[in-house]
Amino acid sequence: MKRAGFTTRWLPILLLVPQLLIIAVFFYWPAAQAVQSSLYLQDPFGFGSTYVGMDNYTDLASSSEYLKVGKFTLVFTILVTFFSLSLALLLAVKADGVIRGAKTYRTLLMWVYAVAPPVAGFIGVLMFNQSWGPLTELARSIGWDFKLGVNFNDTATAMVLVSVWKQVPVNFIFFLSGLQAIPKSVREAGLIDNGSATRRFWDITFPLLAPTGFFLLIINITYSLFDTFGIIDTMVKGEPGNNPMTLVYKVYVDGFRGNDLGGSSAQSVVLMVLVLALTVFQFRLVERRIHYT
Amino acid sequence: MNQFKITSAAAAVAMMANTAFAEVEVTWWHAMGGALGETVNTIAKDFNASQDDYKITPVFKGTYEETLTAGIAAFRAGEQPNIMQVFDAGAATVIGAKSATIPVQDLLIDNGVAFDINDYISGVRYFYADADGKMIGMPFNSSSPIMYFNVQAMEKAGVTAPKTWEEFQTVTAPALKAAGYTALAQSHLPWIFTENFMSRHNLPFATNNNGYDGTEGTKILVNNDAIKAHFTAVTEWQKDGFFEWFGTGWSDNQTPFEEGNVAIWLGSSGSFGGLSKKDLSFDFSATYLPYWEAVTTEPKQTFIGGASLFAMAGHDADENKATAAFFEFLTKAETQYFWHQETGYVPITKAAYDMAKADGYYDRAPAAEVGIQQLSLPAGENTKGYRMGFYVQIRDVMNREYGRILTGETTVEGSFAAIETEANALLAKFSKTQK
Repeated sequence: MKRAGFTTRWLPILLLVPQLLIIAVFFYWPAAQAVQSSLYLQDPFGFGSTYVGMDNYTDLASSSEYLKVGKFTLVFTILVTFFSLSLALLLAVKADGVIRGAKTYRTLLMWVYAVAPPVAGFIGVLMFNQSWGPLTELARSIGWDFKLGVNFNDTATAMVLVSVWKQVPVNFIFFLSGLQAIPKSVREAGLIDNGSATRRFWDITFPLLAPTGFFLLIINITYSLFDTFGIIDTMVKGEPGNNPMTLVYKVYVDGFRGNDLGGSSAQSVVLMVLVLALTVFQFRLVERRIHYT
Repeated sequence: MNQFKITSAAAAVAMMANTAFAEVEVTWWHAMGGALGETVNTIAKDFNASQDDYKITPVFKGTYEETLTAGIAAFRAGEQPNIMQVFDAGAATVIGAKSATIPVQDLLIDNGVAFDINDYISGVRYFYADADGKMIGMPFNSSSPIMYFNVQAMEKAGVTAPKTWEEFQTVTAPALKAAGYTALAQSHLPWIFTENFMSRHNLPFATNNNGYDGTEGTKILVNNDAIKAHFTAVTEWQKDGFFEWFGTGWSDNQTPFEEGNVAIWLGSSGSFGGLSKKDLSFDFSATYLPYWEAVTTEPKQTFIGGASLFAMAGHDADENKATAAFFEFLTKAETQYFWHQETGYVPITKAAYDMAKADGYYDRAPAAEVGIQQLSLPAGENTKGYRMGFYVQIRDVMNREYGRILTGETTVEGSFAAIETEANALLAKFSKTQK
């Protein structure tokens, strides 16, 4: 087979320049700046700065509080990713089987996707209002004295719930189109071989959905790590207090609220490394084993 | 064609008019939302109407923390406003950055405005001043934590507002509980139960003269027996049903008082305006913050809270003159009295206080005077204020630890040890940034 190619060397480079420039200006430059300022302690107004080497990093490593936030972020990410994916899959499988009114049903399920994270957080604050929130009352009716903003675990539960609620529709759309891409012939063959719907799901549907699933896994992990910022910010009402928070929110609290630029730069470098690791994982392990059709 | 001519002629006239009345425009970034923001706008409008040379534009920038961050970012980009409102906890940051602001005392004197620090009431005089007593920030919305109470609840329980915490825990709280109330709630643990606990009992809050003498080696003195005993008592009150904590948010703790479930609420003297405008189902009044007789028998004045206005450096002389003119207008007795009545923040000058008294305002609303009276109580060597860097973060550490105490996650002892360690690390860090 003949490979199409450029006749000159310079044309492809020229065509790549705008893209490379954008990446350089909006990614590499700020990233380099973050690394640089993480090695300094800076006066907020920018008058003085002292080179402190790796101090900002060793401070983080020795801070039990930072480790606590890291642990919470891990648990939070696992819970949000697991529940968003499994609920969406369940809904998609059920929606796939619906014939009458399918469109209306699907549209209703996708609706929440249009809600912005801070708005989702605000709805959470209303639902869990300490004195009259409907979900607070529901929890009380089963003997759970739910207190948003007071009890750490209760606040964490509310954050997970709202984050999952917000993310399910995205996953639902992808899972549904993934299901619809499974050839009818394969399904029918499965139907003849095995009468159990559960077995058919695990043996045929689930493996064929794997590419969609792994793609969504990465998307959901990044969502839980980064995009939930708006939800967390509205749910703690701007006062971190003893509330749970994620690593990204901590960068904001220390850097933008507390004006400690060096310390929060070090935190954002840590996050950058984390994202790098996640990307490597995605390309090296996942993409190799999953076959896209 | 004709149309074009007319418009361009109009434009030319407009331009000439502009040069004829060359108003100097200044901007003022503030953190006063809601009803407070409207009062700020009224003051700005009155100032603009009072003369033709200057025009001030107030801009609401969000919470205190957001306003400070926005101002710092703007300063670094060379686009700072002329006036920036900075809250008590941000004072060390902005006063530490000497070339970022023009000391208000210099600004006024250089622009021919009479200035005498003794015109200001004693409680507000030195909080935003440097170690030599030079006023750097103009005190603006000044408040102090005071004790509000539900008058009917007190009558029903047959008690009066407690003067001391001993009286509260032995007499007031049990009676209120028997009458069906949660006795106490408060809205800001670092401010009310820490900073002002120190000043009310005249305890040192930090080394180096509460931090005024420089950042080098400043250490927080929060891990002391008096305050630990206080927090131990608070947890006991919580167990006994005398005290309830509704989270770190301000209004979450104010709402139960407004709903009539909590009988005593510790809030800001600046909350008075908002409370009086609300349609409460009961009458409220206010009095001084209680103190522990076991710690002191001579309780002192409290710190001012709220915020002050800083004149940002980097503007031309005309704009600085406009800023000085606005500060002069702002400190006039009439303006201060208006602000005091509308919001409940204390008047910052003696003249304004006298005007309110002469007008009989405190006969009509006695609770409105509590804040300023408390700020005018005898001063001690530790009541001038405190100056600690990265204090916003230190407050966040306190809030976190206090939340853990009150949800039973940690002990009082462990909590204060953690606050001391983390705060001192932050102070040392801040000191390094100031070189």
